[in-house]
Amino acid sequence: MDLTCTPEEEEFRARLREWLAKVLPTLSAKPSPDDWPARRVYDLGWQRMLYDAGYADVHWDASPTTRLIFLEETEKAGAPYVGANFVGLLHAGPTIAAEGTAEQRERWLPPVLRGDEVWCQGFSEPDAGSDLAALRTRAWRDGDDYVVSGSKIWTSHAEVADWCELLVRTDPAAPKHRGISWLAMPMDAPGITVRPLRTLAGSAEFAEVFLDEVRVPVGNRVGDENDGWRVTMVTLSFERGTAFVGEVVACRRVLGELAQEARRNGRWDDSVLRRRLGRLNAEFRALWRLTQWNVSEAEASGGVPGVGGSVFKLRYSHARQELYDAAAEVLGVESLDLERPWVLDRLSSLSYTIAAGTSQIQQNIVAERILGLPKGR
Amino acid sequence: MRFQLTDDQRALRAAVRDVVGRASSAGAWGLVAPRGGAADVHSPAPLKAPRIDRGFWRALGDLGVFSLRLAEVDGGAGLGLPEAVLVFEELGWALVPGPLVATHLAAGVVPGAATGEVVVAAADGSLVEWLDEADVVLPGAEGAVALRSVDPLTPLHRVPAPARIDPVAVLLTAAEQLGTAVRVGELAVQHARTREQFGQPIGAFQAVKHLCAQALVRVEVARAAVYAAAVTADPVDIAAARLLADEAAVRGARDCLQVHGGMGFTWESEVHLHLKRAWVRARRAGGNTESEELLAADLVAGVA
Repeated sequence: MDLTCTPEEEEFRARLREWLAKVLPTLSAKPSPDDWPARRVYDLGWQRMLYDAGYADVHWDASPTTRLIFLEETEKAGAPYVGANFVGLLHAGPTIAAEGTAEQRERWLPPVLRGDEVWCQGFSEPDAGSDLAALRTRAWRDGDDYVVSGSKIWTSHAEVADWCELLVRTDPAAPKHRGISWLAMPMDAPGITVRPLRTLAGSAEFAEVFLDEVRVPVGNRVGDENDGWRVTMVTLSFERGTAFVGEVVACRRVLGELAQEARRNGRWDDSVLRRRLGRLNAEFRALWRLTQWNVSEAEASGGVPGVGGSVFKLRYSHARQELYDAAAEVLGVESLDLERPWVLDRLSSLSYTIAAGTSQIQQNIVAERILGLPKGR
Repeated sequence: MRFQLTDDQRALRAAVRDVVGRASSAGAWGLVAPRGGAADVHSPAPLKAPRIDRGFWRALGDLGVFSLRLAEVDGGAGLGLPEAVLVFEELGWALVPGPLVATHLAAGVVPGAATGEVVVAAADGSLVEWLDEADVVLPGAEGAVALRSVDPLTPLHRVPAPARIDPVAVLLTAAEQLGTAVRVGELAVQHARTREQFGQPIGAFQAVKHLCAQALVRVEVARAAVYAAAVTADPVDIAAARLLADEAAVRGARDCLQVHGGMGFTWESEVHLHLKRAWVRARRAGGNTESEELLAADLVAGVA
């Protein structure tokens, strides 16, 4: 067991740190988190800077440890988050890289890396969220096109996306996991209506997407027809594997800031609150160690991240909510003021036990796929 | 970064599991009676004061449990905290009774401790475990008063002045708790797979499934914390490891008992022994309060 990095990895870290120190002061102020048109410009600009400096493909080509260092250092330095590029870089990109043809990789991957195009995710539907395979959006073959009708929901930043990774039902007669296909849908195609949804945090960060006979070329299908479920599992394993690394680093920083605030406003003398923050320190230290363990495991096996990501997500999503509940204790009545730091974070943390597979679904995954308990109700 | 077990570490763990696992399979250290003896039903055997099996203690010594971290010139294996943690995880897993941590820490200090010839007890927090069975007590046990111990496999004395906190003892306790957490998780899953109610294994019910899943999550988080603390030997990392391992063991054992239902509430199931041992360890020095305060202090350390 070893927690040290190789000289090459440390060299990468030093080079990255130096670069971040040089370029971050030149960036303009971050736009408001729910101003997606402004964020599109800002996030794509940051991606372009990463591309020019040779860091754009770190999520795809680098070793898991190098990726970990990248996420750790960018977060510590306060660099922009992946933001509008999330789906392109961490979902659709890796999926196309793993399952696409040479032509498809050439068409879609370079624009993601260069920061030219934004992707969104068209998976969930009003009646198919946790039970994703129950999706009903239909696609018929008509010559060289699929004709797609149906609706999607919880589609993050759909209104500023160029492409949508879309799951459609191409064979309604097949068993529900077997009749699904994965399509890259251009968001400017006729027949697409995007209706932003306001979250409980007040922002419009995701949307409902209505599809009325939208034509998508058959050549935009990644993987075989009706094989979309397997293709999707490739995507989701990425989502559950390394998606939260930067956030754990951020939570540890927030915890330190909370302790400072508590000392400033006198709440630090409350031993119950102080010990609660101490326990959260243990929690986020352990989650960081678990991240390092999972990354080392992935490196040793040379594979994509596996179901161990569910273990991490279950604990992390809960810990993040605990963190911001503790923040409310530190702030006292100020925690009801939307202008105060951490108050919006507390609201947005409520999504963590729901998004990307609810905690209840994740527990079923752990129980059935890791512990081998029987499927049932 | 190779934050994974090496081949040598895996081999060491397997060797320890082989010895202590075989010993415990004899029936939870002599306390779990086989079911069904009609004569026992109305007159259960009275509980005897637990004893240290000196032969087994020497076998642990031969295995290197106590001398592991001594230099080779001193008769040890010259290994480090990561190896010690793996060994103590296995001891916890198998519910091995005795003042294991105290004797391990006395190796190289008290003659005979390293080989398992001598049993060493120590005041840890406000408690001394195995005082009457020990050959040597460190640093002494002035004013010790016997308790009627909740754990039938760990005799306890209370001492008036709490001993100082030794981070290595805190870490090895965390490792034992991790072993307990792993074991009770296994027992819960085993039971959930085989016990049938309403015409199917109870593990098919989400309510039971989720208890088992949460137990595994706690184990994996605690494992990462304990192993990392063994690598860094940093007192703050050790405090974090101890908090999470205590939680994984105590809550894991309680949930395991719940999964076992009525059977879990009987003396015949070994589940209660794991829970009681976890409770005893949780009261050793460096438990909740001390660890949380240490971790809180760390948050503001270095900032005026």
